[in-house]
Amino acid sequence: MKEVVVLSGKGGTGKTSIAGCFAALARNKVLADCDVDAADLHLLLQPKYRRNEEFWSGQSAYIDDKTCTGCGLCEELCRFNAIRNLKVDPTSCEGCGFCYRICPVEAITMRDNLAGHWFISDTRYGPLVHARLGIAQENSGKLVALVRQQARKLAEEADYTAIITDGPPGIGCPVISSLSGADLALLVTEPTLSGIHDLERVIGVCRHFKVPASVCINKYDINEEKASEIKQYCANNGIKVEGEIPFDTSVNQAVTRGVPLVEHNDGPASRAIKQLWDNMKVLFSTN
Amino acid sequence: MIISVASGKGGTGKTLVATSLALSLKDTCRVQLLDCDVEEPNDHLFLRPVITDREAVCIPVPKVDYTKCTFCGECARVCAYKAIAVVPGSVLVFDQLCHGCGACSYLCPEGAISEEGREMGVVESGHADVIKFVQGRLTVGEAMPTPVIRTVKARIDHTATAILDVSPGTSCPVVEAVRDTDYCLLVTEPTPFGLHDLKLAVETVRQLGIPCGVIINRAVPGENLVQNYCAREKIPVLLEIPLDREIARLYSIGKTLAEGMPEWQASFKDVYNRITGAMHERSRCAQR
Repeated sequence: MKEVVVLSGKGGTGKTSIAGCFAALARNKVLADCDVDAADLHLLLQPKYRRNEEFWSGQSAYIDDKTCTGCGLCEELCRFNAIRNLKVDPTSCEGCGFCYRICPVEAITMRDNLAGHWFISDTRYGPLVHARLGIAQENSGKLVALVRQQARKLAEEADYTAIITDGPPGIGCPVISSLSGADLALLVTEPTLSGIHDLERVIGVCRHFKVPASVCINKYDINEEKASEIKQYCANNGIKVEGEIPFDTSVNQAVTRGVPLVEHNDGPASRAIKQLWDNMKVLFSTN
Repeated sequence: MIISVASGKGGTGKTLVATSLALSLKDTCRVQLLDCDVEEPNDHLFLRPVITDREAVCIPVPKVDYTKCTFCGECARVCAYKAIAVVPGSVLVFDQLCHGCGACSYLCPEGAISEEGREMGVVESGHADVIKFVQGRLTVGEAMPTPVIRTVKARIDHTATAILDVSPGTSCPVVEAVRDTDYCLLVTEPTPFGLHDLKLAVETVRQLGIPCGVIINRAVPGENLVQNYCAREKIPVLLEIPLDREIARLYSIGKTLAEGMPEWQASFKDVYNRITGAMHERSRCAQR
């Protein structure tokens, strides 16, 4: 079983549109949406929810007004400025429990956080594991790890040969959690100054965690000069550019219809993504 | 006044809005631009600032004095992040898991734990013409952006109009950046992805009690998905930027809209005026 994760560094380069197409093109796979705080893959795959589970993670401090003597020690020692005027701001509290341990009158309790939900759903393309992090919650990395673990379990139990993962933007904890131990990262970039800058950073993360990376340039014809800069950069760094997708307004039409582009039409972007998948599946030795 | 620029969905144009707003206001008021998207900071590509100051961002991690340690294991018990493990004859510290809360050093019965800074990012300050500029940069391979964001925000100039460019999403880095700002501009695009993530972003800023307005980028005539939602939720749509190849081209070469198409400056000034108007209205209502 092989796992490919679609990442980008910069947001909005087309991760979900491409992952949605892979869902339609690949055979015998489990799908995972690891962008847990702004998940969109389900908008293309129209899942039927089969399982809905709570995700409890981390704790927050609560101060009991009746017991509290107002000594202010908790406020003084909290490094996260989460206690102001003897009230805990749950969006600032990192759940370290320091205040709970030092309160001289034991007025503070730690309560578990319901930090989100995760789901297993059926789609026309196979099972999808996805999640929704609670608003303003922490621990997105742990929820991502849980989604991947469930996807792997599903794949092992039912002999699926591949996992296709839609990843989050950035380079921080949910990205690291989506990436570590995957077989391949497909990095979707665009030919803009920020696209290149962000690509370099996410390549750095792949190197750091020793995951092989390939690149796909989306909307390459918006600026062909920048697109060839990206190709040069990849060549210099021994990274293969597996696909170049032209700017095509039908990408947005497909999103609006809620279907993967490759099922929407056979236009220029759709054909380029099919070619990309053909190149990928060789690397990926599936299908 | 502090204005944060957030989005939910990535790639909707936060950087375009934040940099254009800063450039449009620089001749009328003191402006500071702070790039809080420390995972992928991009504002510098557009403003090309002169960086005059660099500060390492460190979080305090425990350091054990083995001449005092009795291996009692209290530090491991009090650590909520499982960043310390005590085995016979050794205390293992997993730096990457440590949030720097300080509980272990404070609670060690032998006073055997001190703290030392572990660098995980950098904050750079300088200026681009008259715009004061600050950005944070998380070190590649590091997981926790929030300490870097906090350090960026410690440099907010409260005598200026501070504009904060925020990372995409709705989780802790977004909350850290948007918290304590006076107004949040939410940049979206008129697609089901854009709308879905806008709704999450609105929930987030509402939970933080921060007023917000929407800018629709890559607007297409007749596509009223976002307008209809905003009308229902009584959220003002402050500006629409059309889907336009020339705007996309300018962006691709690192030119802000306000610089490449100066006629847009008036629109960004208008956005600012509507925000200040809304804030005055809000404070008047609060006084009543």
